Amino acid sequence: MLAVPALLLVCALFVYPFLYGFVLSLEPTQGSVFANYVKFFSDPFLFDTLGRTFLLALPVTLLNIAASVPVALRVRLMRRPRVLTTILVIPITLGTVLVAEGMLNYLGPQGWLNRVLLAAHLIETPLRLVHNYWGVFLSLVITGFPFTFLLTLSYVTGIDPSLEQAGAMLGAREPQRFITILLPLLVPGLAITFCLSFVQAFSVFPSAVLLGAPAGATRVISIAAYSAAFEDYDYSMASAIAIIMALAQVFAVGVVLALRGLLYRGPVSTGKG
Amino acid sequence: MNSKVDWGGRLWVTAVWAMVGLFILNLAALIASVVLQSLATRWLGTWTPTGYTWHWFADAWDEFDLQDVLIVTFQVAAAVVVVSGLLGVPAAYALARRDFPGRAAMLLVFMLPLLVPPITFGIPLATVLYQAHLAGTIWGVILANLVPTVPFVVFIMIPFIEQIDQRVEQAARVFGAGTAQVFRHVLLPLLTPGILAALLLVLVRTIGMFELTFLTAGPTSQTLVVALYYAEFAAGVRSQQSINAMAVVYMVNTLIWLLIALRFVNPTQIVTRAKKQA
Repeated sequence: MLAVPALLLVCALFVYPFLYGFVLSLEPTQGSVFANYVKFFSDPFLFDTLGRTFLLALPVTLLNIAASVPVALRVRLMRRPRVLTTILVIPITLGTVLVAEGMLNYLGPQGWLNRVLLAAHLIETPLRLVHNYWGVFLSLVITGFPFTFLLTLSYVTGIDPSLEQAGAMLGAREPQRFITILLPLLVPGLAITFCLSFVQAFSVFPSAVLLGAPAGATRVISIAAYSAAFEDYDYSMASAIAIIMALAQVFAVGVVLALRGLLYRGPVSTGKG
Repeated sequence: MNSKVDWGGRLWVTAVWAMVGLFILNLAALIASVVLQSLATRWLGTWTPTGYTWHWFADAWDEFDLQDVLIVTFQVAAAVVVVSGLLGVPAAYALARRDFPGRAAMLLVFMLPLLVPPITFGIPLATVLYQAHLAGTIWGVILANLVPTVPFVVFIMIPFIEQIDQRVEQAARVFGAGTAQVFRHVLLPLLTPGILAALLLVLVRTIGMFELTFLTAGPTSQTLVVALYYAEFAAGVRSQQSINAMAVVYMVNTLIWLLIALRFVNPTQIVTRAKKQA
């Protein structure tokens, strides 16, 4: 069977580690079977990371989606969207580490952004945009917006333009067409986009360390997992945190997909069904 | 359609494009600041550096052992590209052509590593690799990087394979070609553009893959992006300019491959899987 080698690899390196991690998380260095989980939920230093991660990932994802939809609707009408999509794919390719490096230069107290705002007398003192919540937030916008946008664009271009033309012919203006025709058709796609973007934002790691306050406001759950594994060498605890992180993601995705199930599901193209 | 000018609509369109423009402007400034910083003799409290020099690149080359790091990066990338091609393409063929019990389950297993973020499965994976004494070596890094790339190749190749007329293969079989021969003489030439696109994207992803490499690399098996992270993490020890010089080296490496890849694929394919040809 041709697919077997690939399947074995994914099983050995993806499925098995998860199962192993789950079993390992139930074998804490001390205490009963669920000691790691009890510790996570009772120790505010650990438990708060969960809330902080939600507080970071949720607004960023909603903002990215809210910005992506109008832009994608415009880009759909462009004749050569390729230039724009190429520019936007650059930050995704460069990755969070390089973006963090650039942001430290650009958004720092001596950076161009603060200089421009100071010169324009919009602000009196330099804004603090790095080494806090906003640094991580902005880095998630810079790498997350293009990702969300390209996903949204692929859903938007999948909608048959004749549906909107039909609406226009019957006298619906643009905002009306958007609310009554496009949005209901887009919602299922946006739900998937939300899930993928949220899960990405939820697992933010390098920028939370480099641009955030890794001991304070941006101590996200992945930092907690990392420090348990590679600073305390408590792999059992680290596995427990990783499992909790995965469950939190599954939970968020589940909620969104359940909501989606209540809404319209059907073809977005006409004819030739 | 409407003879009256729709001012609200125009304002809205302008606002949307202004937002895109602002985003791109900030992005460009961000990248430019890295490049300028790497060339600056001194850049403190002024709009542009006071002078320009190339010597930070030489400094970075020595300080961060960039030669070794680059060799490791390309060894890892080459190995990942070759192995994910060898495993991914046949698997994609099986999934595209045959219908067998468990096909849906298999698709799900391949889908998960692409949906679950690397840091989430990277920690259990690193634990297992440490148990197997593979973490910290270049083999561990290669294995970890294969987890998302093999499914990635599978999902990019499936629509390419579905596109090929099955009768072409049947004709070859009628003339007595075995599976291996069909693969070598019929499918491979037809699939070359797709394979090239998939493997170039794998290459770009592997060079840029931070989390998995970071969790499994040892001091001698760091790729460029991980070395860059450590340099920034310990910023203050080294001069800012030489870290930026390394960032420029990384940027050039990634963007060259991205530009080559974009000759074969649509940018949207980098985040979504290839669209089925209608």
